[in-house]
Amino acid sequence: MIRQPRIKSGDERIEDRLAVEAVDLVKDFDGTRAVDGVSLAVPPGSIYGLLGPNGAGKTTILRMLIGIIDPSSGTRQVLGHERPLEAAQEVGYLPEERGLYPAMHAREAIAFMGALRGLPIAEGRRRADALLAEHNLGEWAKKPIRTLSKGMAQTVQLLGTIIHKPRLIVLDEPFAGLDAINQGRLEELIRRETRAGVTVLFSTHVIAHAERLCESVAIIAKGKVAFDGRVDDARAKLSSIVRLRTRASDGPWRSAFPANARREGHEWVFELPAAGPEPLLKALIDGGAGIETLAIERPGLHDAFVAIAGSAAAEAMGQEKA
Amino acid sequence: MMRFLRSAFVIARRDFGATVLSKTFIFFLLSPLFPLLLGGVFGGIGARVATEAAHPLVAVVSDSGDFARLSEARDQLASALADPSVVTLVHFSPEANLAAQQKRLLASGNPPIRAVLSGGLAHPQLTGDVSGDPATIGQLRLLIANAREPTEVAPTPLPVRNIQVSSGSVVKDQRAIALYCEMLLFFLTVLLSGMVLSQLIEEKSNKIIEVIAAAMPIDAMFVGKLFAMLAASVLFILVWICVGALAIQFVKEGGVQTLPSPAVGWTAFIVLGIVYFGMNYLLLGAAFLTIGAQASTARQVQIMSMPITFSQLIIFGFASTAIGSPNSPGAIAAAIFPLSSPMVMLARGAQEPQLWPHIIAVVWQALWVALIVRGGAQLFRKTVLKSGPRTRWWKRKSVA
Repeated sequence: MIRQPRIKSGDERIEDRLAVEAVDLVKDFDGTRAVDGVSLAVPPGSIYGLLGPNGAGKTTILRMLIGIIDPSSGTRQVLGHERPLEAAQEVGYLPEERGLYPAMHAREAIAFMGALRGLPIAEGRRRADALLAEHNLGEWAKKPIRTLSKGMAQTVQLLGTIIHKPRLIVLDEPFAGLDAINQGRLEELIRRETRAGVTVLFSTHVIAHAERLCESVAIIAKGKVAFDGRVDDARAKLSSIVRLRTRASDGPWRSAFPANARREGHEWVFELPAAGPEPLLKALIDGGAGIETLAIERPGLHDAFVAIAGSAAAEAMGQEKA
Repeated sequence: MMRFLRSAFVIARRDFGATVLSKTFIFFLLSPLFPLLLGGVFGGIGARVATEAAHPLVAVVSDSGDFARLSEARDQLASALADPSVVTLVHFSPEANLAAQQKRLLASGNPPIRAVLSGGLAHPQLTGDVSGDPATIGQLRLLIANAREPTEVAPTPLPVRNIQVSSGSVVKDQRAIALYCEMLLFFLTVLLSGMVLSQLIEEKSNKIIEVIAAAMPIDAMFVGKLFAMLAASVLFILVWICVGALAIQFVKEGGVQTLPSPAVGWTAFIVLGIVYFGMNYLLLGAAFLTIGAQASTARQVQIMSMPITFSQLIIFGFASTAIGSPNSPGAIAAAIFPLSSPMVMLARGAQEPQLWPHIIAVVWQALWVALIVRGGAQLFRKTVLKSGPRTRWWKRKSVA
């Protein structure tokens, strides 16, 4: 289900508006359509994920949304501004390809990124010191970026993204290149910013991050939005999966299984019937199946993605994960 | 507008700091010393060669009386001409075998003798490689004539009254100022604005261009970068103007006050010089930044440098038409053409006293700076960032 974006009139309070809205965004590069009619609605204060394999068009969508590039057609609104650069002082952006001046000190790099967003340089330096200390990088404040490890440099850039206390944070593949510990820290930072009322929009090709963080996602496949809505709604598109192991190999209890039930090793695997688990359990017990193990698994976002975006896109993401 | 300027200032401050506070800026600041040193070394060698060429050494094989008269005539001639290039005479007493003596003298490398004058004043004979040196032959004829009949009278008195300026000297000096200042402006711009070519390479290779492009208009980044390099260049020029003024003050009698004045006066001319350097730098810099922004690597920038330098030479040649005739159609055309306008107008400031054309010229040039920056930013967004609708002209035509 694609939620229809709402472009509201200018006299509404900004808190009532969507943080980001896009309507029918199209982007062509030299005759190739990279983004094809994408519409999005990101509620304020939410964590919103753009999911899709590499090459799906996520980065191009983000670059259009924040005004780095203009769409070939379609409209977008960021924090109530139809021209995204007008909202630049309230937006933080971490690009997929990280970039910092190698000779610049960590503290100066963060303050510079704040200054780009209108933060006075002196205030930027003060906040940079505090943020670096908070992230155990205080002793690196006056060291050139080139002397920092990759993880440290990425943290510095992330701190530069939030130094000016933006209302909207846009992160393009923020977990790429981070180890598990730093990924966890980043997830916590995203949650903390959201608790403070900040909207976070991020792209990822790793579904686990989106599943842990996002309330809403858009699944992008081949430049189009295949799904836009709450994660639970995406999961609800699929039935729960039953994994059953019995002592008896066959019996009348088999009639309680749906037609598409299959064997995986010693287990039976099938969708939970619409009537729920009770009739199934009764049939198994009454029929003497001898239940060894029974698990009812709620479908994950990955399963939903497979169902929504199709197996080709899922395979592509699987390769990325590998 | 304020946000635009603030954004440009953020970029300019970063770039200026990164340029001026780097160790390499010391080399940049001292760079004029290298050609000066090279000029000193090669100039010294060249001057010695020129001096040797200008002072033909002639061996005089004669008795000492004849040589004394010849020598006195030579000193009189050198004094009257105030020219040290009059032949130098060296005396040798005649030997029994004159032919052998002549041969030995001409073969001698120390001193290097151009010709041998023998036979005394009565029957002078010149032997040597002088077929291509009529000046030496002519001088010797004159010296021999004067030595035979020395003039005893004192030189005729000629009262001289010096005045500060004459129309001829003013025009000559102002043309010289126009030429030298136009050349200086050209070379400074060529040397300094070329740096702008590679200004965006750092941002593009560091990928920080994405962060900047997401935070401000590309135009603001272009303007910031241009003004940062302009500020670094003006700092460079101010340092060397001070060094030059000090050198003139110490070396030239009367100091800088004795320098000939341009038509608009020195104060206005220096202000115009700085303004026109800024305009020339911004015009060429904006064009270079636009061209350089298309490059992805330092190698591409280097390849672009050569045609750009030749283009600048053509523009300089065009601008040079204004020297000596600042109101000619060619000069006016060069003043209107934006890329040659600053050089032509500076030359005009040296030759014509009116200031109002400069106001019009500066506004005109500023307009072109804005146009080139705007066009460059749009081109950058289109071709590098791949932004906006992209319809090729032939497609537009077919649609129409």
